[in-house]
Amino acid sequence: MAKERVPALEGWFTMDEQAPALLGSRCTLCGTYSFPGETHFCANPRCVGTEFESVELSRRGRVWSYTDARYQPPPPYVPAEPYVPFAIAAVELAAEKMVVMGQVVPGVSVEELSVGVEVELVLDTLYEDDDHEYLVWKWRPVVAHKATGGR
Amino acid sequence: MPDDTRVAVLGAGMHPWGKWGRNFVEYGLVAARDALADAGVLWEDIGFVSGADTIRNGYPGFIAGATFAQALGWTGARVSSCYAACASGAAAIANARAQILAGLCDVALVVGADTTPKGFFAPVGGERKDDPDWLRFHLLGATNPAYFALYARRRMDRFGATDEDFAQVKVKNARHGFSNPNARYRREVTVEEVLASPMVADPLRLLEICATSDGGAALVLSSLEFARRHGAADPLVTVSAVSTVTPRFPNTVIEMPNFSTDSAAGVTGEFDTAGFRPSIARAAYDEAGIGPEDLDLAEVYDLSAALELDWYEDIGLCGEGEAEKLLRDGATTLGGRVPVNPSGGLSCFGEAIPAQAIAQVCECTWQLRGQAPGRQVEGARVAVTANQGLFGHGSSVLLTR
Ligand SMILES: [Zn+2]
Repeated sequence: MAKERVPALEGWFTMDEQAPALLGSRCTLCGTYSFPGETHFCANPRCVGTEFESVELSRRGRVWSYTDARYQPPPPYVPAEPYVPFAIAAVELAAEKMVVMGQVVPGVSVEELSVGVEVELVLDTLYEDDDHEYLVWKWRPVVAHKATGGR
Repeated sequence: MPDDTRVAVLGAGMHPWGKWGRNFVEYGLVAARDALADAGVLWEDIGFVSGADTIRNGYPGFIAGATFAQALGWTGARVSSCYAACASGAAAIANARAQILAGLCDVALVVGADTTPKGFFAPVGGERKDDPDWLRFHLLGATNPAYFALYARRRMDRFGATDEDFAQVKVKNARHGFSNPNARYRREVTVEEVLASPMVADPLRLLEICATSDGGAALVLSSLEFARRHGAADPLVTVSAVSTVTPRFPNTVIEMPNFSTDSAAGVTGEFDTAGFRPSIARAAYDEAGIGPEDLDLAEVYDLSAALELDWYEDIGLCGEGEAEKLLRDGATTLGGRVPVNPSGGLSCFGEAIPAQAIAQVCECTWQLRGQAPGRQVEGARVAVTANQGLFGHGSSVLLTR
């Protein structure tokens, strides 16, 4: 029987496997976004907003910077056995004017990334147990070739 | 604010950095006694004890001020303990300075010490799904070097920094720290050796990432009036400014341990896209009326070799994108225009968190007194430290003689 696919953390992203999105918040008074979502205070010091709408963040953005994890991270990271290094990207979302971190999908190395490259959000397995696959958001390059020029 | 916001550095002391595996109180005690002896001040004369906390050593670590005071023997001195992550030491200095400038005490002792486990810094145990520091390990596997690597890679893609540049920072600092008796790593390295060390978080290699260390550092600070009365040694080194600033919104540079930056979508008009780091030393310069052009040396937080290059720009030694040239020209090497990390930096020390910002000030004190044999910046009169702690803690101390 197939394992049940569940989010590794509730409420941070939608479980739409075709077009997933990060779930953030938007201040109804000044328009400031937050990820993870905010419920109590607006990060903007000039705003006294206390109401926030839950919003899906842009599914595409451009790489602000990137790296990889050559060594197995310590707990509470749950590594695959054997450990497989993965890339990490910080991605700039144009509409939200913010940068969001994420792992890069397996099989994409830092060689295939550069500052400014366009990526999109997908869901992928973070770790598994006997009954579940725990999913998390990851970034995947939109085109397979390396972007020309940084920004 | 008083007209003269300087306080005197009467004494500086350290327990050598290493992986000693003993109780952190012991390191703090050694550093404190050294600083008191250096100052020629008796422990009983200390009016205020300011401890820099560590989260790693249980309750005694969280209440460092009282822990060190008890270890030195209760005297009834006033006490405070504070935590500001990597900036805890500067926060403790700021507390002591404020007491002195307010006239609430004449002479204060600042102490920080740590005992650290081996390997990557991992978050506090347990399942804590509301703690970003726990979640970034769990959901992203993003260790501290991963964040340092993001900055390093961005320098390469934007400014043309090379692997050799990063290695060269390590080579420089290894040479600087070679004769420093308090440094943990005292061995010269070559660029080839650095580049041959294993990649940890691309583009950062093992020899370019600071280790975690045991160590302790302490300072005896006093009012200028007390220093005169006390007949303090000449030249008298003073703390001329302390910056413990927080970031300004919107901070659009990704910061450890966060998942995202601030959003600038709700901001109307211009805002600073350079992020938090450049504002840290600037606050100290503004407070003292001294600028980066006046500096003779700097001690900056080289958590990675590449991050040292960011600091060159952030403390105003050069413009954005010019750090590599400054390094290649030898300006930041001993003998250059403004040596950076003459102590050897974190590269030679490894990080003992609550002690590190205090240790930076110890080094500057010795440099300004001409007491740094083998690594002396000749004729140094003005020095700055810079550091940034997790969760928005800036730290910069400006020292003059
Ligand atoms: Zn708002």
